[in-house]
Amino acid sequence: MTVDVALTKKDFTSDQEVRWCPGCGDYAILSAVQAFLPELAIPREDIVFISGIGCSSRFPYYVDTYGMHSIHGRAPAIASGLALSRPDLKVFVVTGDGDGLSIGGNHLLHALRRNVNITILLFNNRIYGLTKGQYSPTSEQGKITKSTPMGSLDNPFNPLSLVLGAEATFVARSIDSDRKHLTSVLREAATHQGSSFVEIYQNCNIFNDGAFDVLKDADTRDAATIRLEHGEPLQSATQSVIRAADGSLELVDGLRDDAVRHDAHAEDPSYAFGLSRLTTPTPIGVFRSVERPTYDRLMAEQLETARAAASDDADGMLGALLSGTDTWTVA
Amino acid sequence: MTTYPQSPDAPAKPVEIVSRVVIRFAGDSGDGMQLTGERFTAETAGLGNDIATFPDFPAEIRAPAGTVPGVSAFQLQFADTKVLTPGDHPDVLVAMNPAALKSQLPITPRGATIVLNTDEFTRRNLAKVGYERDPRSDGTLESYQVHEVAITALTLGALEGSGLGKKDAERAKNMFALGLMSWLYNRPREGTLRFIDAKFAKKPLVAAANVKAFEAGWSFGETTETFAVSYEVAPAPMPKGVYRNITGNLALSYGLVAAAQKAGLPLFLGSYPITPASDILHTLAGLKRFGVRTFQAEDEIAGIGAALGASFGGSLGLTTTSGPGVALKTETIGLAVSLELPLIIVDVQRGGPSTGLPTKTEQADLFQAVLGRNGESPVPVVAPQSPADCFDAAMEAVRIAVTYRTPVFLLSDGYLANGSEPWLVPDAASLPTVDPAFTTELPEGGFLPYSRDPETLARPWAVPGTPGLEHRIGGLEKADGTGNISYDPANHDRMVRLRAAKVAGIARSIPPLAVDDPSGEADVLVLGWGSTYGPIAAAIADIRSRGGNVAQAHLRHLAPFPANTGEVLRAYRTVLIPEMNLGQLSLLIRGTFLVDAVGFNQVRGLPFTSAELVDAIEGLLGNGTTEGSA
Ligand SMILES: Cc1ncc(C[n+]2csc(CCOP(=O)(O)OP(=O)(O)O)c2C)c(N)n1
Ligand code: SF4
Ligand SMILES: [Mg+2]
Repeated sequence: MTVDVALTKKDFTSDQEVRWCPGCGDYAILSAVQAFLPELAIPREDIVFISGIGCSSRFPYYVDTYGMHSIHGRAPAIASGLALSRPDLKVFVVTGDGDGLSIGGNHLLHALRRNVNITILLFNNRIYGLTKGQYSPTSEQGKITKSTPMGSLDNPFNPLSLVLGAEATFVARSIDSDRKHLTSVLREAATHQGSSFVEIYQNCNIFNDGAFDVLKDADTRDAATIRLEHGEPLQSATQSVIRAADGSLELVDGLRDDAVRHDAHAEDPSYAFGLSRLTTPTPIGVFRSVERPTYDRLMAEQLETARAAASDDADGMLGALLSGTDTWTVA
Repeated sequence: MTTYPQSPDAPAKPVEIVSRVVIRFAGDSGDGMQLTGERFTAETAGLGNDIATFPDFPAEIRAPAGTVPGVSAFQLQFADTKVLTPGDHPDVLVAMNPAALKSQLPITPRGATIVLNTDEFTRRNLAKVGYERDPRSDGTLESYQVHEVAITALTLGALEGSGLGKKDAERAKNMFALGLMSWLYNRPREGTLRFIDAKFAKKPLVAAANVKAFEAGWSFGETTETFAVSYEVAPAPMPKGVYRNITGNLALSYGLVAAAQKAGLPLFLGSYPITPASDILHTLAGLKRFGVRTFQAEDEIAGIGAALGASFGGSLGLTTTSGPGVALKTETIGLAVSLELPLIIVDVQRGGPSTGLPTKTEQADLFQAVLGRNGESPVPVVAPQSPADCFDAAMEAVRIAVTYRTPVFLLSDGYLANGSEPWLVPDAASLPTVDPAFTTELPEGGFLPYSRDPETLARPWAVPGTPGLEHRIGGLEKADGTGNISYDPANHDRMVRLRAAKVAGIARSIPPLAVDDPSGEADVLVLGWGSTYGPIAAAIADIRSRGGNVAQAHLRHLAPFPANTGEVLRAYRTVLIPEMNLGQLSLLIRGTFLVDAVGFNQVRGLPFTSAELVDAIEGLLGNGTTEGSA
């Protein structure tokens, strides 16, 4: 999967008019992805974007690769079938917080558990955008929306805790507006062998405007985020994460020498899970990146083993199958 | 029946020649009745009899032992002539316990032979099934020919010193019963002995015990006075060739593998276990050497989703399920209609609604297959008519799916799935092929994913990995030709009609509906679909043998119907449609052709008996009216 002629962002821009609301965070993500894809040095025809339904799921129409805009929540399942039957392809899934965590939550978890070779980008705007602003499984409790005039009652999912519970091998978080950070996370996610999951905080300026402003505003962002770098201390501008006596992660004020150094490759997901529980400040970057055999490779190996023992004579083999071992002849 | 003198090395008792026999093995779920029936079938098939089988078992893996709900039965009919059904009623009932007797007696006609395992007729076991008095002595069995055999005790006796504990030894009693029946009908034993050795290769003690029990059953028949004669059924005349016995689920699995191989497409099954379809998943999981990928998904939706994803990538996507699973897959089937990609949906129907009767048969998913989606969402529907025919029906479903880029329903049912019959094994090299005709080059003027073949109206199938043909498809309405999202009213109207016309046009590629009307004088036509073929054909053969005239036609394609269907139906005064539902095909036929079809309907979880069909048909002969649905 290499190309001779270098591709550019333009090569990944389809001729379709982009129809998100002006100012929507989806634009920034689309642009970052289109600009990053040439770096993969994979021919356009070998890349596939599969999405569900939602504003975010319109994404494939705008990227000039193969693509499928499927049905609500089912993209991870469809992408699994494609990736398993075509290990030569680079398959991306684009989903939303409703698509991926509500109606399609089960598929997401199982794809990650299996470690199918797909890269899942979940655009989390903490709202249902396309259906005009109902609360979502990531909306904060008490959220007032059209469907929850007195405030939502249910406790939200923490998407990263959830996928770490499924032992996803690659888990990261980034922000729509931080092009540089998003690109670096995409780079790692897309080259990871197995399922990679990236939560992208995305602003819906129509129905949930400013949901991530603290993480974006120049005045607040440095104190509000912990930028994860493997081997570097877990610190925001003003706080550190240390190991408490009971072994758990603890947030303390000040930049401390005993701050825990980030280990993205820790086999045990409980470290990354602990990290995912931190919300203020919010860690962004790669939480977890570990190696585990991918489902598609294991499946391909079983197929190869079975085929190695089989004959080259296709009709002969089929004939033997159809006859079985218990035949009789009518002369 | 004729009795003929024995040759010196023949069994010591006289042998009677009979033409056809129906045997029903019935016992507790743990008694191994299915295995017993299957072995008897294999022996019988090997002798060249025509044969049809009907396993009839409960949904529970092990319902409480000795109870009526726990009874598992296996019926087979074998004959020296064509066999169309497993038989309406047994001539011989083997009842391994009181529950088996109690549950099977109502379908066992007076005069039949009953072999009872008397050891199980204890007061406790009788009480368990509500027999206040012992049916062996209270006159219940007066009009039957009863053979009381101490099967358990005789098995234990034979296995004394075998090294097996009592419990294990007792488990071989089904082999005793099999040995006895094998003797009674002069079946060859080599196959079963080989089978036992292979099945218990890792447990030589158990293998030896089963062989011993089998032989003990055989010699019991030969030596005791209980059985005065044994029987023989001569081979049935059948076309030349190599035969095997095959169940519907196996034939269907093989048909899909064969069709995929002939099309040069890798088969991808995305599935979730459900009775009575799971065996297809099991079979295909063992066929990786044919390049078959099987994916046991987290649910029904993911199963079909993965299959559709694989189809997008150039595989033959397949999902296998039963009615409740189809309900979950419905939205994805609609997506496949919109994407216009090949996809096979196998629905092995069972009793519904909801969880219904998981192990019983029914034909009540016809509406679900033909109509059960949102929007104008036409899907071709193909149905097999007998267990072996599942092979051909599967190949036909693949032909349609690949040629027309469409999801196709393959509607089997529980009766076909588990039933079996002899199958003339086709020559693999001469099976039909279908060309996927992938688009591999950028056409002049650019690639239009929703352009259409003028003959079939099929759109191009260009798979990821093909340079220059990158395109996006989806469930939103798309513009004719380009496939870009379109909300244009006229375009939507055009696309809806195009999809409908494409599926309707499949009728041009299927054979006309054939009518079997040898006298040409029938004024009643019996129209069927799916697994009712056997019982209908048997009923009609019976009526004709008594001089009656009645015509038969059977639909393989339920959507679209063969082009001449209306013409065929209108040629008859009365059209009778027997179905294991409340009249689903009838409604489609009435609605499509304005033919005032008469229904004969039952939903008992059981196939029709030919006798009840004879009554239904004869009620229509010679007069134009009938009562309607039963
Ligand atoms: C089966 C089904 N149910 C409901 C819908 C309606 N629906 C479309 S998108 C959506 C929510 C999308 O929310 P999210 O995934 O967060 O995407 P966003 O629009 O916010 O990007 C819903 C409920 C649908 N398309 N299909
Ligand atoms: S509704 Fe919100 S998420 Fe959807 S396009 Fe508009 S701004 Fe973006
Ligand atoms: Mg959302």
